[in-house]
Amino acid sequence: MTPTRADVCAAAIADAFADDGELFASPMGLLPMLGVRLARLTSNPDLVISDGESLFLASPPPLFAKGDVVEGWIPFRRVFDVVAHGKRHVMMGATQVDKHGNQNISAIGDFAQPERQLLGSRGAPGNTVNNRTSYWVPKHSARVFVEKVDVVTGVGPKLAKAAGPGASRYNDIHRIVSNLAVFDLHGPDDTLRLLSVHPGVSYDEVLSATGCDVHVDGAVPETRLPRTEELILINEVLDPQGLRFKEVPQE
Amino acid sequence: MTKGPRDKRMTIDEVVATLEDGITLGIGGWGPRRKPMALVRAILRSDLKDLTLVSWGGADVGLLVRAGKVRKLVYAFVSLDSVPLEPNFQKARQEGTIPEVVELDEGMFQTGLHAAAQRLPFLPTRAGLGSDVLVNNPWIRTVTSPYADGQELVAVPALEFDVALVHLNRADRHGNATYLGPDPYFDDLFCLAAKRAYVSCEQIVDTAGLTVDTPVQRLLISRMMVDGVVETPNGAHFTTCTPDYERDERFQRAYAAAAGGTDDEWAAFEERFLAGDEAAYQAAVTAFAEEAAR
Repeated sequence: MTPTRADVCAAAIADAFADDGELFASPMGLLPMLGVRLARLTSNPDLVISDGESLFLASPPPLFAKGDVVEGWIPFRRVFDVVAHGKRHVMMGATQVDKHGNQNISAIGDFAQPERQLLGSRGAPGNTVNNRTSYWVPKHSARVFVEKVDVVTGVGPKLAKAAGPGASRYNDIHRIVSNLAVFDLHGPDDTLRLLSVHPGVSYDEVLSATGCDVHVDGAVPETRLPRTEELILINEVLDPQGLRFKEVPQE
Repeated sequence: MTKGPRDKRMTIDEVVATLEDGITLGIGGWGPRRKPMALVRAILRSDLKDLTLVSWGGADVGLLVRAGKVRKLVYAFVSLDSVPLEPNFQKARQEGTIPEVVELDEGMFQTGLHAAAQRLPFLPTRAGLGSDVLVNNPWIRTVTSPYADGQELVAVPALEFDVALVHLNRADRHGNATYLGPDPYFDDLFCLAAKRAYVSCEQIVDTAGLTVDTPVQRLLISRMMVDGVVETPNGAHFTTCTPDYERDERFQRAYAAAAGGTDDEWAAFEERFLAGDEAAYQAAVTAFAEEAAR
């Protein structure tokens, strides 16, 4: 079984949830859902997962399948309770993310009359000052990774510190996983730091597809390949239909 | 003879006749889920204008802003889920046709509902700190904790409504109502945050019928929160009303295509589906479904 880029991304996302302990893993989007379910079946069996609607599922079903055993009820009102309580790690999308780890899903251009209206702030401002937050970027480009986001929805560590302890105390931007590489925000002055580059991707490719400065600590390792056990789970249990290739196409 | 509580049954048009220009309207449900669409459609047919609309936004927002009914929009998102970006909302924002917008974080939105429901001027939360929600809404203030921690928090202003509109699965004639789907959303809070609340429902049943095969915990709305009840079968269409029906994805795709298309395409959609009353709408929807089945 040869690992695809999508499989590498799924394993990298799973790794972002590996050390979370027993908390609500909230993936937004297809690869995050796959990665979280993979983590739940391998590195972190204590993760609490949902159907993305209103139920906690006792075991991870394949993508978009119904779970057979329910272990809890998580309607939207309770999601916000868990957010404020903090036992949650959300992986959101990001139309833009900047060198300080601020995220934008609200609008491109001037907020007063945007060039392109997006979803709105959704829960991003609250997520980022309350619980661990990661981002998934399926199409890494200089349009996504920018010097400064047009609208700050998700709050990065530098802005959180500037806003005071109410904002910074629980701010925890953990990982940014893209189809090319993995980052955190432990560069100088809370900036993007390159953690690993996916196999088959060159270091220069990542930097040229990134429209802002990225800190690099010495030699950057390759993102690890998924283990055989993980490949079997992805291919035979979680995504036998290959839905992940819609988000990260096979080369 | 003993007396019972008031009978609050109304028609769709009677509800809309109680609304006035310039009021603040809270619309329940969530995105493309269990929206009081029959009431929204009736507002589209009315002369109402200058509304302040507060909603977990879906096509309710899209339709009302496209019709030019909205002077001020308060939202945290507007989405159709399977169509992530609501085309009518996008168009209105990009063309600058909504005079005033207040984009909040979802947690702030809920906090604002709680504040209004409890008749408080605001409630504190962390959500919003450090984000552009506070930059784009400089009138939203922060508050400093009076306790030893002394931290600065967002003072989310109460989201008060003149009128709330919600859609539930079942109700009795007095306004007690149950949701039978996966999520209550925030419909009880919407009713508590409003001076007047109107419940549309799939079916009006006897009070005893509300709990005959349904756990009492599903009685989300109490009649003391409700001013009027309307039976509007398929009244949440094309949003979900689980388990009565799921979202009409084919119709939603047609809506989104027309909304994101040319002015002529939108005019054709309006002419086909929105030009008549609710019965005409439902007949047009049935014909649309039959076309697909052929």
